[in-house]
Order: sequence, then C-alpha cells, then structure tokens
Amino acid sequence: MSEPVSKLESALRAGTFVFTGEIGPPKGTHIEPVIHEAVASLKGRCAAVNVTDIQTAVMRASSVAGCKLLLDAGVEPVLQMVCRDRNRLALQSDLLGAHILGIRNVLALTGDHTTLGDHPQSMPVYDLDSVGLLEAIVRLESGTDMGRDMKGNPNQLDGSPRFFKGCCVTPCAEVVDPQIIKLEKKVAAGAQFVQTQAVYDPAAFEAFMRNVESLKVPVLVGIVMLKSAAMAKYMNRSVPGVVVPEWIITRLTEASKEDRQKVSIEICGQLIRQMKSCCQGAHLMTLGWDHCVPEIIAAAEA
Amino acid sequence: MIVAERKPMDEIVAMLAPHRKVLVLGCGGCVTVCLTGGEKQAELLAGQLRLAARQAGRTLEAAFDCITRQCEREFFDNLTEDPRTYDAVLSIACGAGVQYMSELYPEVPILPGMNTTFLASNVAGGVWEEYCRGCGDCVLAWTGGICPITQCSKSLINGTCGGTNNGKCEVNPEMECGWLRIYERLKALGQLDNYRTLRAARDHRKDRGGGVRRLVLKDMAESQESGNE
Repeated sequence: MSEPVSKLESALRAGTFVFTGEIGPPKGTHIEPVIHEAVASLKGRCAAVNVTDIQTAVMRASSVAGCKLLLDAGVEPVLQMVCRDRNRLALQSDLLGAHILGIRNVLALTGDHTTLGDHPQSMPVYDLDSVGLLEAIVRLESGTDMGRDMKGNPNQLDGSPRFFKGCCVTPCAEVVDPQIIKLEKKVAAGAQFVQTQAVYDPAAFEAFMRNVESLKVPVLVGIVMLKSAAMAKYMNRSVPGVVVPEWIITRLTEASKEDRQKVSIEICGQLIRQMKSCCQGAHLMTLGWDHCVPEIIAAAEA
Repeated sequence: MIVAERKPMDEIVAMLAPHRKVLVLGCGGCVTVCLTGGEKQAELLAGQLRLAARQAGRTLEAAFDCITRQCEREFFDNLTEDPRTYDAVLSIACGAGVQYMSELYPEVPILPGMNTTFLASNVAGGVWEEYCRGCGDCVLAWTGGICPITQCSKSLINGTCGGTNNGKCEVNPEMECGWLRIYERLKALGQLDNYRTLRAARDHRKDRGGGVRRLVLKDMAESQESGNE
C-alpha cells in the first residue's frame, strides 16, 4: 500500500475513530472569522476540515481559498468539489492548482442544482458527474489528463498530483439501493473514503453499513447539528434523504431556549455513540456552531 | 415533435411597433399539432394584433397565411400572400422555420412569434411534456427507455444523486427523479447491471459543443447535386 498522502488518510488507516469538521467560506471577502473559529475549535480535534464549494448553490468565496488559509493556519483541509459549476477543463485545472497549493484531500460531489440557490438563472454544468470527477482525479494522478494530443495519445502532465479522494452517500434515502449502487461505482472510480449525508436513524445506518461492508472504504457518518425543533422540521420537509425522528424533535421542543445548544450537543453525542461501532468516524456539520465541536467530541467519547 | 409556445402579447406588440403592414404566418407542422402555431392560431393572432393596435391608437394591417411546413423550401410556393409586400412577417413556426424563412426572404424582417421549447410527446389532453434533448448520442438502450439527459435535472449518467426526495427531484416536487424511474424500470426488466456499469463522460461535440449539427444523407445529396448540373 502506498504512503498516505494526508493526515486524514493516515488517521483512517490507523483505525482510530476519526472526526472531521466543516466550514463554509463567506459571501464576501471577510474570511478571517471563519478561519479563526476553525483554528480555535477544530484544530487538533478534527483530523481534517471540509471547506464547502458554493454550498446549496448560494454564491460564496471559493473552497480553494478557504482550504489554503486553513493549511496556512495548520489545519488540514478537505477540498469539496461540486460538478455543478465547472466543466472538465476547469475541474482538472483547479485540482492541479489545489495540489500545487498543498491541498491533499478532495471530496467529489454532484452539487445541489443551480435553481435551489441564489443565482437560479445560471447554467447548470454537470459536464462530469461525481463518478466522472473521481475518474478525472485518478487520471491526473496517473500523469495524464482527460484530453488527447494530436496523435490521439493521452496528454502527459508535467508533474502529477496525488489526493486522498472522498465521496458522499445518502444512507437513509427512502429507496437506498440505487444510492448503494452509485456508491459502489464511486469506489470503483477511485473513492477512498465516504462522508455521509446527515443521519439521525442509527438502525437504518447500521443496515446501510452492512450493505456496503464489502466495499472496504472508511465511512464517516454525517452529523448535522439541529439548532431547533423548527430546523429539524424544516429538514424533514426539505432535505432529501434526511429523516429526523420524533424523539429528537420532542427533546428540542422541550428544551428551554438557553438549554437548546446543550441539548443539541447531547443529541449529536448520543447519535455518534450509537453508531461509532459500525463506522470509522463522524463528519460534524455544525453550521457555524464550531465552538460546540469540542463538547460534541467529548459527548461522543463519554 | 417540436413544441413551441406563443410569446407574451406585450412582447409581440413591442416587436411589431415599427411596422404598419404585417403578415402572420402559421406552420402546418409540429406547432399545428400542439395547437399553438397553425392556421387557426395565425388567424386569431392577426385579429388580436389589429385590436391591440387600435386600442393603442395605431393602425395595423395584419393578414394571415399558413403553409405546410416553414422548414422546407418547396412549401413556400404555396403561400397565398407575398411576404415581400409586407413590412414584416410574424412567423409562428418554431425557430427553425423563422430562420429558414429569413434566408429565403433576406429583404423582409421575419420576426418570431413563438418561443421554441422542447421535443415532446402529447401525454394528456392539452399537455405536452419534454422527452428528448436531441443530445446526439442516445443512451436509452441501457437506461430502460427513460432518458437521463432529459428526465434527470442534472443530466447525470451514472445514477441518482443525493437530491432525490421521496421519489421526486430536488428542483421541483412535481418532477419525478429520472434516475429512480430508470432504476425501477431496469430492476423490473432484470437489467440492473446496466445501472452498475460505469459510464464514461459524454462527448459534448455530439450535443452543442461542436457548432451547428447537420445530417447529410450522402447518396441523396450526391444525386441531387448531379441532377442540378
């Protein structure tokens, strides 16, 4: 087995339960608070931190810029890359650029549709899909790109990148089999780790994990912090493949306003405790409540 | 068939504002079938335009005519009106008809009365739905006869994304997830291996990436050429 290319890869190979975090670049240039918060709350606790790529199709500063600033601050980034906004030329170019800047983890995603975001008139690209993007990364690693020279041979790169390549899956989709087949294709295309969509149903997740056991890739279960009962209900209504069970909504409803954050942390901790024996890590999506990460990890390890 | 829908009246009125004498020209092809751009609609629209002009205090002479198809030269011989005697023609054919007629009558402004939208089937009374994008590289053989380029809002080729929500697509709760439909159909056909197979990135030169696309039937084109000599 070749040398790990990132701390995230090393940690997952070592077999310890791994935490990853997530930050979203700002809409604007004022990125310092986001990086500061990541350093204060995630550094040393998360093996790596994802930087979202124009999440939910709402225009924001680039993921590459956020990743570079995290690197400079001593936090290992995971570059999220969606297929919505760039064709294969731009995706490959940005992958080379990311490697040049020192970024070593990439998460290949399809990307929410343009019409869901704040520029609904824009062109949805999807020149490659998430499987195609993973194949493109592997191609670059092999020293060629997706193009051909005049003689029809693959273009040779002057220096090739190496990445630890990830993908996403929705384990609790109402029809999960097509999701599992797609995951199998992503792994066949080169995915080496999985960060899942939010999971609130440990039993469904365990069943899912049994189904993908043969894939032999580490899976980090997705944990999205629920800030209120209203948010939980919103997710049930509007977020595909996410079901927040009644017991969680009840606990959030019963919590007083000042207790809500504490209850939310406890729920995350409880979910991770219930699922940690069947997966290799947890991907914490705190949606700006980065300061809760140390307590979530403590609760998960209690 | 090609579906086209009439442009909003305000837009048509604004388009025709500089002109006094206009011919509204229907097409007997697809737009007649989808009841938006045939002879009947041409007559109706000419009347509406005269009325709109009168209400705005202007005079507009608006006649109508219709030919079998505006995308073929021979049918223009059947025009009862001569376009050259009008200030402008408002064509209510699809975009192909409007452009082809512009080439045949370079001295007359040929204006579009329609927005050409999609390739459709007539799925219910008065309802036409998009079924084909004309991508130039048909995949229906391995997708259970359901087109992922058209029926998946992201035109994905390797299966469903995370945006499938209770069988619906994230872009529109009315729209079924195309890949879920493909999955169910392939499963019913015992062809799920077609879903499992990795599909290579598409060649967009066959779609719109390679400029104007042409169909040349070599034998026919050659015999016509020699016949012309």
